[in-house]
Parts: sequence; C-alpha cells; structure tokens
Amino acid sequence: MHPLKAWSSFVWRRGWAATGALLALPGAWFAGLYLAAIGAMFVTSFWSVDPLSGTLIPGFSLGNFQALLSDPIYTKIALRTVGIAASVTVTDILLAWPVAYAMVRLAGPRLRAVLMAAVMVPLWSSYLARVYAWRLILAHNGVLNWALIEIGLPRLHIGYSNWAMWIVFSYLWLPFMILPIAASVERIAPSLLEASSDLGETGLRTFRRVVLPLALPGMVAGAIFTFSLTLGDYVTPMLVGGEGSDFIGNVVYSNVGVTNNIPFAAAYAVLPLGVMAGFLLIARRLGAFDAL
Amino acid sequence: MRSESLIWLAVGAVLVFLFAPVVIVILYAFSAAPIPAWPIAGFALHWFRDTWNDDQVRAALLLSLEVAVMATAMAMVLGTLAAMAVARMQSATKEVVSFVVLLPIALPGILTGMALAAYFAYLNVNLSYWTIVAGHATFCVVIVYNNVIARLRRLPRSLVEASADLGADAFHTFRRVQLPMMASSIGAGALLAFALSFDEVIVTTFTAGAQNTLPLWIFGAIRLGQQLPEVNVVVFAVILFTVVPVMLSQKLIGDAGRAAR
Repeated sequence: MHPLKAWSSFVWRRGWAATGALLALPGAWFAGLYLAAIGAMFVTSFWSVDPLSGTLIPGFSLGNFQALLSDPIYTKIALRTVGIAASVTVTDILLAWPVAYAMVRLAGPRLRAVLMAAVMVPLWSSYLARVYAWRLILAHNGVLNWALIEIGLPRLHIGYSNWAMWIVFSYLWLPFMILPIAASVERIAPSLLEASSDLGETGLRTFRRVVLPLALPGMVAGAIFTFSLTLGDYVTPMLVGGEGSDFIGNVVYSNVGVTNNIPFAAAYAVLPLGVMAGFLLIARRLGAFDAL
Repeated sequence: MRSESLIWLAVGAVLVFLFAPVVIVILYAFSAAPIPAWPIAGFALHWFRDTWNDDQVRAALLLSLEVAVMATAMAMVLGTLAAMAVARMQSATKEVVSFVVLLPIALPGILTGMALAAYFAYLNVNLSYWTIVAGHATFCVVIVYNNVIARLRRLPRSLVEASADLGADAFHTFRRVQLPMMASSIGAGALLAFALSFDEVIVTTFTAGAQNTLPLWIFGAIRLGQQLPEVNVVVFAVILFTVVPVMLSQKLIGDAGRAAR
C-alpha cells in the first residue's frame, strides 16, 4: 500500500487523529506566533533597556510598572482611553438600534438588502480614508463649519479635541454594532412579540421587556468590537485628536517607534490586555460569543 | 404607525452620518486645489496622473499588494483547516479553538502589534516583508474561518460518509467532495481577508521596518501634511480596492445561499 494511502486510512478510521491532523498547522501557527508573542510581551515587560546602547537587558524588574504607576500622566491617559472607549460603545448602541430594528422587523426583502449593503460599504471602506474624511470635515475651514455658517450659526471648534475623537470612533465602529444587534433581533421568535401584544403590552413596552433583553448578547458582541477597537487605536487620536489627547496606544507606539523602549511599551500594553480579558469573561457569561 | 415613521427618520439620519464622510472624501480626489478646502475649488484630474507617477506611492502600492496576496493565501489554508477541524470537534475544545482564532481581531490592535514587536525583538528577527505578512495572516485567518465554518454547519456529514463508503480515501474525498462544497465560502473569506490586509495600519506599524505599505504611506503623509492632493487620490483608490472585493464577496455568499435553498 502507498504510504500516503496507508496514513490516510489510519487517520480516517480514528476521528481524533483526523481532527488533530487538520488542526496541526493552524494550531502551530497560533501557538508559535500569536500566543507566543503575547507571552513574549509579558516577559519583556519585566526587562529593561540599556540607556546608552539601546539593547534589551533580560531580567526581572518591576521598574517599568513602577514608572507607570508613579507618573499620574499614565493614569490619566489610561482613564481617557477607557472612558472614550466606553462612551463610544454606548453611543453606537443608541445609533445602531433604529437601523438594526428597521432592517430586520420593518423592511421588506429588497429594502433589507439595500440597508445591509449600506452598512457593509462603510464598514469595509478604508479605515484611514474615513479618519481622513473626518479630519477634513472637522477642520477649522472644513465642511462642518462651512455648513454651520451657511445656515447662520457660529463656527464650532471641535476639530482636534476629545469631542472629535468621540465622534470619529463612534462613526468608525458603528457597523460593528449594527450587524450583531440585527442578527440577534432576527433570532427572536415572532410568536414572542405576538404573545406580548396579545397580553396587551404596547409596542414600546414589548421592546423594553421582550426585544431588548433577548438582544443583549448581540449588543455585548458588538460592544466587544467597539470597545476593543477604540481601546487599541493610536492612529485616530494622532490624526483627529488635539494636544493632550494621547491614548494608551500612542504611548506604546512612541516607545516602540521613537525611543525604542520595548519593555516599557510592553508593560503599558499589559493594561488593555487585562481590561479586555475581564471584558471577554463577562461577555462570555452574557452569551455574546454565540452572537458573534 | 407614528413610531414606525420616527424609526425610519432615525435610520435616514444614521445613513447620512455613515455615508456623508465617504462621499466627501471621494469628492476631494477631483479637487483642483493643492490644499484641501471646502467648498472644493475647481475640478481636476491631473492629480491622478501625478499620483500614479509618484515612485513612493507605486512602491507602497506594490508592497501592499504583495503582502495582501501572501497573507490571504496563508489565511485561506490556515482558516480552512481550522474550520474543518472545528466542524469535527465536541463543544468544549471547539470553543477554545474558535476563541483563539478570534483573539487577533477581538483584542485591541495595539496589543497584537506590541506583542509581535516584542516577540520579534525577543527572537532577534529583523523586521521585513515576512514579519508584515506574519501579522496580517494571523488576523486574516478568522475571516476565512468564519465563512467556511458557516458553510460547513449547513452541509450534511452524510456526503462525506457516502464518499468514504464508495471507497474514496480522505484526500480524494477532500478534493472531490469537500473542497468543491467549500470553495465559494473560501473565496468569499479570501476577498474579505484581502480587503482587511490591504487596509491595515495599526498592527503594520509594529511589524514593518523601513518599508511603507500604502496605508503607512497615507498615514505618514497626512501626519506631516504633505502631498495632500496625492493622499486624496490614494484614499479614493483604496476605498475602491477595499469595497469591490467586499461586494464580490457578498455576491458569492448570496449566490451560495440561493443555491442552497
């Protein structure tokens, strides 16, 4: 028997062997590259850098973490990052609901396809293109102020500020919220809504008491993306944020790219890892992974 | 009835919010002015020619294409294998695998970038084309995986069993039965993975050495406020480059959905 054929029939007869053979390559990739990289980040966060030569010094020191805790600027930056990520998430939940609900419950099949495409196109239009668009819109002589002056209102000075970041992040990740909410609304059995209205509930109360709780996993699934994507960004703060609008990502980026202090950057990046680990554990409890 | 029209009003407002920036940024590509200003002063096409003739832009475009093609190819293999494995698994291990595959896009981009940068420094690997590809392939796997696993869930296992009963070995069954059934979902996933790779900037800054991908070139130019007319043109082109594969991918998924019915 040809050795390949022999191997194939061996694998075939044992289910676990076939599964293992299929999983070998992706498993090796994720363990050897991705998980190992996160491990390496942990390890190097306890290292230091030779100030003269810039080479990495292995070892175990809490110096990076002490430096992060002793300077209040790093606490402030962390709070700003998490705070904006949270407000972006809430904003996107509010903006996503009408679109998701209309798409699933109100629109006919044709209109529904149109709305779906209308959400998908901005989702996949270049990220940088959309950030750049907002930079042009919010600039002092941009589209927004032009429109305000045309209708007789004063200029707004929200370009290069935390407000700008809040608007742009909410804009960027909105489709990530619409899609899972729509998917979870779609899974609600129509009989539940009929039962609610048969029992005399008004539309709003049905929404609040039946639809909203059942769509919770969808909202949490969307929140994983809106929160995590905001938490891990540094490009948008750089392009539309102002002076003093640094995110955790900006500190990490400049420590890797400019000052070449990888251990310090790694130590600060442990924070979003912890925040997301907590977030994902709660999300799992709420059933968000089935809604992804 | 009144609340329904209120909902539609809100939908309209959100759609304007979603599309106005995309439309505005496309209009700027045709602006004659050397500095972006609104209202757009004059119509010009010569920036397209100037941009096409810019060697830096060309080199960046070429690198982005090379990275996206290679990362997509690797994601197709890894994502399909992982999906086929998970389709055979019991619930507990299944959850672990699908969770790990999802991590590179569920965790903040800065974390994936920082982890890879630390890892490459730890291993003393110099940043190159291959380090960019490694990062991109990692977060593209989940895109292919999701598309393929959705297809596999709908396919009856009896087809594979029938093939085995008729004497086909595992490779034969894969090539003649499973692969044709998965092909359009792998294709749809690959198109999305290509779009994702072509546009990625946050992880790429940590895995690219001195080389520029197209998004890195755009980011640098915007930050320095240089060559903005060329940025307008490139941004317009990137929107096309990412939206067209996505539309094709949606069509593939839609066609397969209709065929299944």
